[in-house]
Amino acid sequence: MVAQEAHAHGEPQGFIRKYVFSLDHKVIGIQYFFLALSAVFVGMFLSLLMRIHMIWPTASIPLIGEIKPETYLSLLTMHGTIMVFFVLTTAPQSGFGNYFLPIQIGAPDMAFPVLNMLSFWTTFVAFVVMLAAFFVTGGAPLHGWTGYAPLSALPSAGPGEQLGADLWITSIAIFCIASLMGALNFITTILDLRCKGMTMMRMPLTCWAWFVTAILGLLAFGVLLSAGILLLLDRNLGTSFYVPLVVVNGQIMAHKGGSPLLWQHLFWFFGHPEVYIAILPGMGVASQLLSTFARKPIFGYKAMVYAIMAIGVLGFVVWGHHMFMSGMSPYSAFAFSIMTMAIGVPSAIKTFNWLGTLLHGRIRLQTPMLFAIGFVSLFVSGGLSGPFLAQPLLDIPLHDTYFVVGHFHLIMGVAAIFGIFAATYYWFPKMFGRMMNERMGQIHFFLTLAGTYAIFMPMHYLGLAGQTRRYSQFTEVAYQAKLIPLQTFITFAAIITIAAQFIFVVNLFWSMFKGRKASDNPWEATTLEWTTATPPPHDNFAGHIPQVFHGPYEYSVPGAPRDFIMQTDPAGVTAH
Amino acid sequence: MATLTPTITIKDPKLGHGGAGVPPPKTGGGDDGRGDNGAPDYGGRLRRARLGLITALVAIVMIFVALTSAYVIRQGLPVLDEKTGKSVSDWLQVNLPTQLLLINTFLLLLSSLTAEFARRQMTRLSRLAPVQSIPGISLGEEKNFPWLALTVILGLGFLFGQYLAWRELADRGFYLATPPSSSFVYLLTAAHAVHLIGGVLAFLYCAATSLFHFPLERRRIALDISVWYWHFMALLWIYIFALLEFVR
Repeated sequence: MVAQEAHAHGEPQGFIRKYVFSLDHKVIGIQYFFLALSAVFVGMFLSLLMRIHMIWPTASIPLIGEIKPETYLSLLTMHGTIMVFFVLTTAPQSGFGNYFLPIQIGAPDMAFPVLNMLSFWTTFVAFVVMLAAFFVTGGAPLHGWTGYAPLSALPSAGPGEQLGADLWITSIAIFCIASLMGALNFITTILDLRCKGMTMMRMPLTCWAWFVTAILGLLAFGVLLSAGILLLLDRNLGTSFYVPLVVVNGQIMAHKGGSPLLWQHLFWFFGHPEVYIAILPGMGVASQLLSTFARKPIFGYKAMVYAIMAIGVLGFVVWGHHMFMSGMSPYSAFAFSIMTMAIGVPSAIKTFNWLGTLLHGRIRLQTPMLFAIGFVSLFVSGGLSGPFLAQPLLDIPLHDTYFVVGHFHLIMGVAAIFGIFAATYYWFPKMFGRMMNERMGQIHFFLTLAGTYAIFMPMHYLGLAGQTRRYSQFTEVAYQAKLIPLQTFITFAAIITIAAQFIFVVNLFWSMFKGRKASDNPWEATTLEWTTATPPPHDNFAGHIPQVFHGPYEYSVPGAPRDFIMQTDPAGVTAH
Repeated sequence: MATLTPTITIKDPKLGHGGAGVPPPKTGGGDDGRGDNGAPDYGGRLRRARLGLITALVAIVMIFVALTSAYVIRQGLPVLDEKTGKSVSDWLQVNLPTQLLLINTFLLLLSSLTAEFARRQMTRLSRLAPVQSIPGISLGEEKNFPWLALTVILGLGFLFGQYLAWRELADRGFYLATPPSSSFVYLLTAAHAVHLIGGVLAFLYCAATSLFHFPLERRRIALDISVWYWHFMALLWIYIFALLEFVR
């Protein structure tokens, strides 16, 4: 029903319609961006508390006091949840996707602007509900971002498992609905609103990444929503979907017959595609930037598109590799293991294509490019430990150790964050009309790159040495206590890396008002967002819908007057 | 005559099949929502709305796929018997009020039919509108049967019937919490009912668009996708009913 509103909305005048309940995809994109920015600082603060507690377990923190073991679990849960949902899912897809997808395909707005606004505000409500879990009796839940039953299904299971856990599940359910609305909008926009000449195979790889991510979201979030509803019923209405016969504090619970494994299957059926929801947009951005700043066409455009699709498809058939420890038929484990390792193939195609793009390029090492290269570096470092964990025999001893923490933080945490940073530095001029400070950007990059490697690389060693994850302190166990010096090193690295993020924040806000004025195409890039004014007008192209004649990455084409051919350039040498 | 060009691009409703049959232009391009002559491109909007609906239905299908898989897994799950220490099945076959559910099914299918009549009536109206706007041309008295109102009444009838079925289930000793089999009956029917209430609200919105004299084409788009959604809900109910009846 919101369809009728498509493009019928004129430029709004009042503050509320223009900046708060705006229908403009650009404003909504920026709203998502700032929501994710707030969330990332909350998540980062929680991780700082965890790191401090880990090496000084009895330290009293101002305003918070001493962190008890159960508080540590709450911090862990909320850090993971906020980062995965409200940062890694929100910023790259909903934030930058919303802002740049319509412009890159030559559309005046998303297909359903009202739905777009609703999905942002629904996400916002989900975030508020999530944060509310900190402030209710019992505090935030303890069950981890994966919410494993029966811990998550029994309100009596721990202090945070009362109202806090209900709020957590409700927030996730609201977030699912918001994501489904967003995915619907993205898919329809890409299929139906491309401008003349913009064939699917002329879309920038960012658009392809957003497209496949939207499909993954569409198929995955509904399953999480169902799983969450079952969990709420188990908690509040006495059903036994996930709860077997259990005894809590000497009391036999009324539930019986449910299966905790059922939750795990449903959760990871969502959870693994979610990993790709977080990383695929980063891959799109990296492809876009490597080509632009190496002044070369992307190596193997079609292979890149097919690799994105292959990753999307395989992402749905590997969820079992999260459950090797949970008990599973060896035959299923074998199948999941093979499928998981198969993801290495499209991932390697992408990596080699990125390297091929860089080969013999005239590389411009500006901040966005540094972060794009950093993305590739982290993707490789984090990805290489994937095939280890894909094998049940290796996963079983490594699963509950810091090896896994190091692995997933490198690949889906920091690599995706680098994608977000790259996108921010690259598109900031278009979004705000000014350039970000280059020197601050470079300092931010080198500190963050060194910092993240210093944090997450030693975790692999810790894991191999047997350091268990999710434990709030290690002083009680002799062999684990010996690893505390390395944990101390990680904590200091984390403090420095977190401090370095303030350089980014200062740069962001300072540049917004004081940065050098940006031209319409400061990076000499070819895609449609660089053909329009900076910042783009309300309907993106000031009433003139562009027509596309070229692929997105026509750099250094022999015989062309400049080293780049805009997609809208009717003349010029055609490479396609 | 500005409205003529966009109107004739709308496909014949007799060929309508969920809207999937309208391919995007060969250029791969969409449009800006407006025709060349500056009038709103309702054909494009209809296509977009239908595409959005199909996408939304995919998400809804996934919700029910997840619930179905939970149902099947739970059914085959053994439970530890506290007394004997053996694994047994605690799955109790639900004694469904089949007759009542059949009546409900009939009501819903009937409502789907009346909804389709409403959709076709609206399509005809919107296609005839440009002709009627020509001065001096009259198509005679149009009989506009309130198909939409009838659909809403039948839909509410179905929902009430489902409520009666729940009461009947509870009378037969099948509650939400126990046994596990009836948990799923309540869950699946409730999930379907929630979606159906969404459909009723959509119809009420369509009625409101008529009441507030929205442009005919906008009313048509709203009704078109609401009706397709409604058809899908009827189909979904048949699936759920069959699942509960045959996979006990």
